Amino acid sequence: MTPMRKIARVLGVALLAHTFTLYAADLDTVEQRALPCLPCHGKEGRAGPDGYYPRIAGKPAKYLLNQLVNFRDGRRFFPMMNYLTERQPDAYLAELAEYFSSQQLPYDSVSAQGVPEATVERGRILAKDGDKSTDLPACSACHGDNLLGALPAVPGLLGVSRSYLDAQLAAWRTGLRHAKAPDCMATIAKRMTPADIEAVTAWLATQAVPEGSGPQAAVPSPQPVECGSIS
Amino acid sequence: MKLRITLLVVLLCLVAAAALLFWPRDHQAGEAPPSLSTAQLDTVARGRALVTLGDCEGCHTVRGGAAFAGGRSIPTPFGTFFSPNITQDAQYGIGSWSADDFWSALHNGYAPGRKLLYPTFPYTNFTKISRADSDAMFAYLKTIAAVQVANREHRLKFPYSQRWLLAIWRGLFFTPGVYASDTQHTAEWNRGAYLVQGVAHCSACHEARNALGAVRSKDNPSGGLVLSWYAPSLSVPAEAGVQTWSEADIAQLLRAGIVTGDHQGYTFGPMAEVVFESLQHTDAVDLRAIGVYLKSLPVIAAQTQPSRVGLTPASIPIVMSNGQQVYKDNCARCHGEQGEGQSTAAPPLKNSRIVSMNHSVNVVRMVLYGGYAPGTELNPRPFGMPPFYPTLTSEQIASVLTYIRASWGNSAPPILPDDVEAGMTGPLW
Repeated sequence: MTPMRKIARVLGVALLAHTFTLYAADLDTVEQRALPCLPCHGKEGRAGPDGYYPRIAGKPAKYLLNQLVNFRDGRRFFPMMNYLTERQPDAYLAELAEYFSSQQLPYDSVSAQGVPEATVERGRILAKDGDKSTDLPACSACHGDNLLGALPAVPGLLGVSRSYLDAQLAAWRTGLRHAKAPDCMATIAKRMTPADIEAVTAWLATQAVPEGSGPQAAVPSPQPVECGSIS
Repeated sequence: MKLRITLLVVLLCLVAAAALLFWPRDHQAGEAPPSLSTAQLDTVARGRALVTLGDCEGCHTVRGGAAFAGGRSIPTPFGTFFSPNITQDAQYGIGSWSADDFWSALHNGYAPGRKLLYPTFPYTNFTKISRADSDAMFAYLKTIAAVQVANREHRLKFPYSQRWLLAIWRGLFFTPGVYASDTQHTAEWNRGAYLVQGVAHCSACHEARNALGAVRSKDNPSGGLVLSWYAPSLSVPAEAGVQTWSEADIAQLLRAGIVTGDHQGYTFGPMAEVVFESLQHTDAVDLRAIGVYLKSLPVIAAQTQPSRVGLTPASIPIVMSNGQQVYKDNCARCHGEQGEGQSTAAPPLKNSRIVSMNHSVNVVRMVLYGGYAPGTELNPRPFGMPPFYPTLTSEQIASVLTYIRASWGNSAPPILPDDVEAGMTGPLW
């Protein structure tokens, strides 16, 4: 066998092996592993088909991991999420959280159809200034000036459907949703009246999200309420 | 008159005799086949290994609750049971129990005060555990911190709510007795049989139960419907039988939760929990013994499903064509155009036991709810099947399953939309 032929043969075998590995390894990706999340959370986690399941793309990884662990360990309840997360180790849940956190995608446009202007305005005030009379801090005091969250673990509040926001605040108020103690959002949601919730979610759900924006680098200080999940 | 009195006396004697016959008695003794493992464990460590293999924690812990503090609901045809607290709490747990009390619960099926236990607690299996192993398990449970959580009352239908009736149930279906070694077989086989029949209580799910909830494998050699999933029979090669498998493949399935190669095996539903919490921690020598025993189970043919109204001959081509389209759009990318599967990410669907099993509830639930294999030490980043209930109708799911079950050499009966709807009940687990 001439040296050239030998080289060609080795190359050929190597190429064949490479092609084969590529085929077998084709699915060995985090994208493939994240497939079970997409029927509800949408392609790349950009929000679900029915408007309820929240967008998970681009949320802080620590926030997403906290939620996956909360579902697994019984602090949050949603049968499908409890079922999918149980029996998975922290490191794997963290990998999935990182994957969705790294998806930087444009947000869909939103409109404020059908909500009275006074309600939306009351919501804007609650979100930006809070209500001192009921000891309600502004959302922006923790979720960032632009309400797109704060690293490492505070989620953004925009680009999420109103029905999802309503359901979460109601679940905290009634003790169905929990976070690591001290559970700041439970404290805050219990100070809110149903009218407060209606107003603030009406405003939040109708804010456009500028392209390229994301969570701010750190949680604003001082925090109005102590939070176990972000310390 | 005299005859009447005689009859009455005879009847009373019969009732008394029956009560005496059925009333629980202590039953003692029995040596277990010794462990073949070379690991030198102290009593507590040995107890811990046994408690782990029995996955006591699995049933005796509610999601989000303290380990062993009970409260998990176990839905059954007789009502819902709530597992009790078995931490060292003296009031609600077993903190005031003696080793004799613990042995009585495992071996004789009653709690202190002769409180008869429901067989949801599988003492019909645990009775085979030796006294020494029972004591080791008790010693380990003694190390579990007391957690003061009250027990929930079972919510049972009448007459199952009448605990005293268990005396009769026991008379009919329960004989206490530690596992007796079979000298026809090797020490390894006996060790495997002891673990499988006893502490691991495999038959509690993998064998059918009769109308009164008793495992009656001789009358009904199929698997059991448990927690809305079908636990396939370990005797039937077309279900979960492993008679032709190698011990290494069996161990791999039980330890990793998934095995590919000569034999394909995947665990999901309640079995994924058993692998994750229990079997992946089992001593390798014991796991091999379990495999040796499972391989030796007598082969039984799958039971045929009773015939029922299925698809009309005219509708079959339409359903198959619809199913093929659903398959192309949703399944082929991962499972392949011909159901051949790809690596460990997407199991093959041709020649698949899960796909073609007579009891279709598992494959229906896999399509409805998807799910990940357990994230074990050997498979810490498992692939998952996406849930399709958000995007496909029951009719579409039925047609794609009918197509899969009748393609590429598969020849299993159709799935109807009603079967899909029936798969939507019960806990997701």
